[in-house]
Amino acid sequence: MTDKELRLQKKSFKKRNPLQKKETLAAWSFCALPLLFLFIFLITPFIVAFIISFTDQRLISNPNLPTQFIALRNFLRLFNSSSFHQALWNNIYFVLVVVPLQTFLALLLAVLVNQKLRFINLFRTIYFSPVVTTMVVVAIVWYFLYNPGEGLINQFLNFISFGKLGPYNWLNDTSLVMPAIMLLSIWQGVGFQMIIYLAGLQNIPDELYEAGRVDGANIWQQFWHITVPQLRNTTIFVIISTTILAFKLFTQVWVMTRGGPQGASKTIIVLLYEEGFSMLRVGYASAIGVLFFLIVLCVSLLQRVYLKEERAVL
Amino acid sequence: MMAKNKNMIRNKKTASLRTQKTVSVIFNYLILIILAVFFLFPVVFMFVSSIKNNETQIIRDMSNIKAFVPYGEIGLKNYFDVFQQMPFGRFMFNSFFIVSSTVLAGLVLNSMIAYALARIRFKGRAFIISLIIALIIIPAEAVVIPLLLMVNQIGWLDSYQVQIIPFIVDAFSIFLFYQFFIGLPISLDEAAKIDGASPFQIYRRIIIPLSKPVFATVAILQFLFRWGDFLWPLMVTRGYEYRPLTVAIQQFFSQDPKVWGDIFAFASMVTIPSLVIFLIFQKWFVRSVASSGIKG
Repeated sequence: MTDKELRLQKKSFKKRNPLQKKETLAAWSFCALPLLFLFIFLITPFIVAFIISFTDQRLISNPNLPTQFIALRNFLRLFNSSSFHQALWNNIYFVLVVVPLQTFLALLLAVLVNQKLRFINLFRTIYFSPVVTTMVVVAIVWYFLYNPGEGLINQFLNFISFGKLGPYNWLNDTSLVMPAIMLLSIWQGVGFQMIIYLAGLQNIPDELYEAGRVDGANIWQQFWHITVPQLRNTTIFVIISTTILAFKLFTQVWVMTRGGPQGASKTIIVLLYEEGFSMLRVGYASAIGVLFFLIVLCVSLLQRVYLKEERAVL
Repeated sequence: MMAKNKNMIRNKKTASLRTQKTVSVIFNYLILIILAVFFLFPVVFMFVSSIKNNETQIIRDMSNIKAFVPYGEIGLKNYFDVFQQMPFGRFMFNSFFIVSSTVLAGLVLNSMIAYALARIRFKGRAFIISLIIALIIIPAEAVVIPLLLMVNQIGWLDSYQVQIIPFIVDAFSIFLFYQFFIGLPISLDEAAKIDGASPFQIYRRIIIPLSKPVFATVAILQFLFRWGDFLWPLMVTRGYEYRPLTVAIQQFFSQDPKVWGDIFAFASMVTIPSLVIFLIFQKWFVRSVASSGIKG
């Protein structure tokens, strides 16, 4: 290597270094503010939640009663509390019914609106429209529809069963209140998953169906042996995200029943709101929040496991 | 003779295939229409009831098909009632102000960090990316209680900032931007760099113009989530000054005696803005929702 070449190389090194420094500086200046926000409003409260779940912290602290470390007492109390059991069970009940039903209905709707028919866009718009209707409004309108005696839903059931069914006291009946809330939740949410499935359907190559037809597969066989397996990833995503949403159940319950009657529609988040906000027991409510997070975390990890398994199979 | 026979059979076959097809199309439309009725009836019921001036008529009609027929005393009396009874305009302004500032500020900040992570190589980049992906899992519900404790201590209760600032930066939005930016060809940046453009200029003049779809996606998804927000504003607003529509209508609804005409007028006015925005940007809505899924 000649001197000249060496000098040139050094020069370019020097030239590149400040440039890289400048880029790094720019990158950090782009990241600084968003990271600061995430740190203050997400990471800090998340850590604080864990810390105060081991204390008897209250929202408005009493100067005569300093906050104390009480170890696992909040969690022990939760595990022994019948209202927590009830709330957890209601969430699980909601998941067990809504997740399969809504996923299946979403797939059915997606297949229906994926056909090449006139006005199909209109139907897509109509099925999606409840998603843009605010949940509080949805809950209020359905509250009226569920009216005990004369409500439209009672009258409809009465009509199609020739007077054998109803009238039911939907929102005041401990065994009917959850099904009632499930129905309106599916009504409001299914359009979202329909669109996700629709995108999945449109990604399936036409050749697969053509090959199926050549092999003499009928519509149902094509559906079960081509559509369903091809939508496996989409289905896992839909199931997991619907499950997480189901654990977050709050708005419709709070508007319609506030968790009643007798806690029959109480959910984890309703309990968290009551304890943390109404009763001001922030420590105890944070313990609920921590458990809620752990549930969501487990569900999310399940998604990763399933997606990995599929990769292994392929 | 033989050939003629064969032809006839073939004709019969195609004819029966054709009728089979027509039957299946009719059957399809029947199902589509029944489902459309199922998805439309509550909203139609709400709008129709909101323009019936007579409260007893609304109650009388609620049990039969007349609930969907605008007849009798039709007018906007219920709407005027709502405006007279409460500062409805204030609630509407609050909701619009809170949602639009959260979404707009979010578009800037979330896309900026995503740009740095996707297009600039620097130390710490990999760590920040995995941090953000990990943060997506934390649901807002899990942190509302300590967040309430924090904002209470700094005196933010009953304000706009308490409903805006904590929600501007959103890990999922950053992730959506990141995924889109990483797919753009790197040669664009390189060419601009040779021309002496700074990272900010590249972001401003090259990345943003090419990324309209992802900006639309994030804006729409954030609009949907923020417009329907209920738990947090329920906790942090006391008076009407900073109360958004969702909390306002829930409190109006929980007052007794319930005047249903007014409640439906209020509910209609909450629904109309988001419905209109949806109808205008329909295609974008569908695309946004679709892209929120596949890669998730």
